[in-house]
Amino acid sequence: MTGTLLSIDGLTKAYPGVIANDDVSFDIREGEVHALLGENGAGKSTLVKMIYGLVKPDEGHMRLNGSPYAPAAPHAARASGVAMVFQHFSLFEALDVAENIALGMESPPPMRDLAKRIREVSELYGLPLDPTRTVGELSAGERQRVEIIRCLLQEPRLLIMDEPTSVLTPQEVEILFETLRKLRDEGVAILYISHKLEEIRALCDHATILRLGKKVATCTPSETTARELAEMMVGSTLQSPESAPHAAGDVVLELDRLSVASPSQFGTSLRDLSLELRMGEVLGIGGVAGNGQDELLAALSGEIRSAKGALRLKGRDIGPLGPIARRRMGLLSAPEERLGHAAAPDMSLTENAMLTGAQREGLVRHGLLQWGKARSFAEAIIERFDVRTPGAGTVARALSGGNLQKFVIGREVMQRPEVLIVNQPTWGVDASAAAAIRQALLDLASQGAAVLVISQDLDELMEISDRFGALNEGRLSEIRPARGLSVEEVGLMMGGAHGMEVAHV
Amino acid sequence: MLKLEKRPQPSQLWIYLTPLIAVLATMAAGSVLFAFLGKDPVVAIRTIFWDPLFSEFAFYYRPQLLVKGAPLVLIAIGLSLGFRAGIWNIGAEGQYIIGALTGAGVGLAFYPLDAWFVFPLMVIAGALGGWAWAMIPALLKVRFGTNEILVSLMLVYVAEQLLASMSLGLMKNPEGRGFPGSRNLQHYESAHNAELITGTGMHWGVVAAFIAVITAYVLLNRHILGYHIRLTGQAPRAARFAGVVPARLVLFCLGTAGALAGLAGMFEVAGPAGQVSIDFNVGYGFTAIIVAFLGRLHPVGILLAGALLALTYIGGEIAQSQLGLPAAAIQLFQGMLLFFLLAIDVMTNYRLAWQRREVA
Repeated sequence: MTGTLLSIDGLTKAYPGVIANDDVSFDIREGEVHALLGENGAGKSTLVKMIYGLVKPDEGHMRLNGSPYAPAAPHAARASGVAMVFQHFSLFEALDVAENIALGMESPPPMRDLAKRIREVSELYGLPLDPTRTVGELSAGERQRVEIIRCLLQEPRLLIMDEPTSVLTPQEVEILFETLRKLRDEGVAILYISHKLEEIRALCDHATILRLGKKVATCTPSETTARELAEMMVGSTLQSPESAPHAAGDVVLELDRLSVASPSQFGTSLRDLSLELRMGEVLGIGGVAGNGQDELLAALSGEIRSAKGALRLKGRDIGPLGPIARRRMGLLSAPEERLGHAAAPDMSLTENAMLTGAQREGLVRHGLLQWGKARSFAEAIIERFDVRTPGAGTVARALSGGNLQKFVIGREVMQRPEVLIVNQPTWGVDASAAAAIRQALLDLASQGAAVLVISQDLDELMEISDRFGALNEGRLSEIRPARGLSVEEVGLMMGGAHGMEVAHV
Repeated sequence: MLKLEKRPQPSQLWIYLTPLIAVLATMAAGSVLFAFLGKDPVVAIRTIFWDPLFSEFAFYYRPQLLVKGAPLVLIAIGLSLGFRAGIWNIGAEGQYIIGALTGAGVGLAFYPLDAWFVFPLMVIAGALGGWAWAMIPALLKVRFGTNEILVSLMLVYVAEQLLASMSLGLMKNPEGRGFPGSRNLQHYESAHNAELITGTGMHWGVVAAFIAVITAYVLLNRHILGYHIRLTGQAPRAARFAGVVPARLVLFCLGTAGALAGLAGMFEVAGPAGQVSIDFNVGYGFTAIIVAFLGRLHPVGILLAGALLALTYIGGEIAQSQLGLPAAAIQLFQGMLLFFLLAIDVMTNYRLAWQRREVA
């Protein structure tokens, strides 16, 4: 079982203005877990999209089991035995598991047979799943199982997994790894995309590292340290954010059994959240996606109003106040979704600076907008946070994700908040920009502001948080000092394996 | 293979080019239509677009440009605020009728009192009437989440019935020898919206239209409320994040549009039309939708588009009397304008790109 399954030779793909993949070559052997490692924007997605038939390479070719392989579309790739689990699930929440799986198949068998097959396959690979459950009720980990089983029913020879652990707790990750190891032992090749180094070291047999579209190294992860991997990935030594020593001050924001109904049907309602946020501290809130993070941000920013007495800022009840009043009082926030929530896509950066800066920066006088001031405010953000853009007149959607994120975070930080709430501050942002954003949050805290960071990136939270709590199905765990927390403890706070059965392997 | 590609930024060039191309395309398609009706297309187009401005009798038609354009612009300005925020008031025609009824009603109630305050009171009543009529879909939307498009549109037909009932009943001229229709306000000096300068077509409605254009321009570009309106239309979630209360915006936009449509109706009934009659409304409320879009929802654009549509109204009437074109052909012509505009509008956000067909 060491024959070459897929051989990639000189794949190149260019988009206007950027070369996504430049002459990438490597081999994937049967029965190995092969890691594809790289920062955001390194070209990992483009590469696997070419393997899966979603994107056609400009140059280069691939061979599958020795014969030429050039899938015109995903169904051709699936017919050749290549399957892929995407980072973002494509499931219908209102349908049940079996119906969702049938929708993804070329010629689905009758429902009863399919349900039986789903049970068999899921038991065999240690991913128990009830085919009759509605997807909308499943946790993120269970939804991922649906996607994986959809792939396994096609008996693939190569399984591509795009950042599969970003939606899992550490315990769930362990279950997934057992399944993947079992598949590997049966001779299935797995192409595993991630930027989480410890996972790759634990799971993968070989690693190919991409940087700016080029293959920069190959290595055996178990024989390489995480630090070496990181430096190969980034191409330079990484600067870890530094936190100036500071003592936590008085309580500024207080949640007292805050309960909020989610505005969307399959959203997660918040139940009885209590916490105290102190001046000068960074409080990290972890949790798997979809456990109430968006709702928490909306309840704190003022987009969702809450009951009297549940939310106090500097002792004042702010539950019934909207975003504008809360901003005036010094409570600022930056939501996860950059385009359409934190910023208006078709408006210029100047106009987007007005979006939250209107009150505190004095950009409005007697209802009249001071565009000149807004422009200088936008320019100040661009300069201080190194936002790469032709100018403040550029529309938000023309910026790359990382640059817009720097703008959005910068817009709030520059307004000298007393309390800052951020959700996924470095999601999809390259390593140096992420480091800059984290440093800005730490600096803010050391100047006395209270910072609440909601994130799904545990490494990030452990790096910058003074205290840590986790959201799980709309409830908040106990809040504990972040220093000294073990991975197992963090996992349990996030809900452990969510009652999912452990693989019987 | 020809393919549409999304532009990284909306094209500034196409924003201005689209209305011009739409007008030209409408002229071309209109020519075909007129040819099928057995008319010389060149003569028809010239009659509609050229004769009102430059023919022998242009001195008579030119003032009409202001008379027809003013209600269109006034209504379209109101509509454009809502359209920008994604609030679709399709019932301006109804608000226009109600504004005319309340405005005329106040005037008729004072008849024959000769006092300076009659006309100002009519103006206020007209605006309030249109506002109240628009508040029906607004409150239903805010309170029960109904669709404002349907409700406002349906209310047009209710308003038309009310108009018929008023001109045959309550507001009927007691000295009118049984003819339907109210007293003619043109003959009641205190209530007459007369020409401010004789022979120019300039009346108070035209003044109001210009004030509306300027106010809307300032509101949209310099005022926080206008910013919130634009923000809500472009990114509703970002607007809520910024602190916009959607319900308040619905009330404001529908209310303003209703008040302006009501004003337009009031100025019309007290001036050019003169009386409440069954066929008082001629579709300004619907044509104003075309005006708003043709003008790119921009106040200055609306001013120009209002002038253009007024031209088609006047030219259409000339074409009806001189060439015997059916009235429906003119309405079709106006409809085509909106159709082409929306179709060509794709080019603002997309561009055409030739793409090699990739070999599988």
